[in-house]
Amino acid sequence: MNAAKGLKPVSLAFVTRKPPVWSTGSVETPAGSVRTAATALTKADRWGAVRSRISGFRMNYTVDPGLYAVGSPTQSSPVFVSANYKLSFDALRSSLAGIDGWIVVLDTKGINVWCAAGKGTFGTEELVRRVKTIGLDRVVTHRNLIVPQLGAPGVCATAVAKETGFRVLYGPVQAKDLKAYLDAGNKATSEMRRIPFPLVDRLVLTPMEINPAMKKFPVFAAIVLIAMGLQPRGVLFREAWQNGWPLLLQGLGSVLAGALITPALLPWVPGRSFAVKGWIAGLLTAAAIAYGAALPGGGLAGLMLALTLLFFPLLSSYIALQFTGSTTFTNMSGTMKELRMFLPIYLTGAAASVILVAVMKMKEWGLL
Amino acid sequence: MRYLAGVTSLAYDREKCSGCGRCTEVCPHGVFAMREKRAAVVDRDRCMECGACAKNCDFGAITVTAGVGCASAIIRSMIVGGEPTCGCGDGTAASSGGCC
Repeated sequence: MNAAKGLKPVSLAFVTRKPPVWSTGSVETPAGSVRTAATALTKADRWGAVRSRISGFRMNYTVDPGLYAVGSPTQSSPVFVSANYKLSFDALRSSLAGIDGWIVVLDTKGINVWCAAGKGTFGTEELVRRVKTIGLDRVVTHRNLIVPQLGAPGVCATAVAKETGFRVLYGPVQAKDLKAYLDAGNKATSEMRRIPFPLVDRLVLTPMEINPAMKKFPVFAAIVLIAMGLQPRGVLFREAWQNGWPLLLQGLGSVLAGALITPALLPWVPGRSFAVKGWIAGLLTAAAIAYGAALPGGGLAGLMLALTLLFFPLLSSYIALQFTGSTTFTNMSGTMKELRMFLPIYLTGAAASVILVAVMKMKEWGLL
Repeated sequence: MRYLAGVTSLAYDREKCSGCGRCTEVCPHGVFAMREKRAAVVDRDRCMECGACAKNCDFGAITVTAGVGCASAIIRSMIVGGEPTCGCGDGTAASSGGCC
């Protein structure tokens, strides 16, 4: 270790680290050896994509920042810029089959291009630094960088040109359009410049809406079972289950209405407000479950129905509102407006629900 | 799909526009279009406040308050103060799972 003191580990890291499985070898350039990346995705790549969509695995699914080659690039081959989130990198390289080019991977802390651009990690500063450290001006003779359009919130094209001499060309929104973009002489149609949000794109996001909500489900279940089972003699299992399970079912229904049904049916659920959309989806779901699953009978049925239709649609509404952070078209001003409007309603609804439960228990115990 | 109308913080000063067309290129929602050699806001309510136009306008003709639209991030910032951030990729472990 002492012998290594004073050495810069920067260059060593590249040589000594095991090459990633998607790398097919390396090519020599005036700026040094550059790893090549395959353009065909393997089973492992696809499995990684699935895991990233369903869990926290994605928080550390990265590619080393730096320069990569696809095909057999020359000094005049195009340069594409990407983020070091593996899914971003995979989307790019898999769209470059049959194209010889260079990929500059920025250090975006493992975050995709669009989100990183919003934070500024996919940004002017990192792009300038990366182009300089890899010595891109010695690798290619032209001075063009094809930056994904969704990187534009972080990149000031003029500042990059001033600092590096490289001109930023904004490529299409989606990597799959790159071939057509190159064929057209680095021109994107207005369609390629738009970000769509089709059903499939909405659906792949839903596991990460459902997961965080379901993490809180055990706590919810415990509260429901204790509240329903609470008797003057203690917490009784029979009462807990009898009165509790319809509410547990309703809880699951709320999560589904807010985190799956609302995102999936987004264009068709009425209203522009996500809180309203979630409330409508939640109300229909809650009513359907209440109709299908027999509510506890006796004098409590009315109160139970009131509680169900008050609490659970609001819960769905709150969960659906979280999806604003994942869409391609909502904005911060709008989300703030929704929160200012609905947070008081949520809090009031929660308080009223607690009172309803209290009334229900007092009736049950014969106190009312 | 459209979000709430009349909320965006987007502001555009036609006097400062040089007609380079960069904003029409970077906006992913077609908010800008070229009209008589200058940019014009043609679909204001589609603005998602990403900030790409303002960042790439060399003439200071566009301003917009860019930010994340994550409800939980905004609630967090309301409680603890500061700018809303989804907490992913900036070294903090604020987000255990869901972020942009």
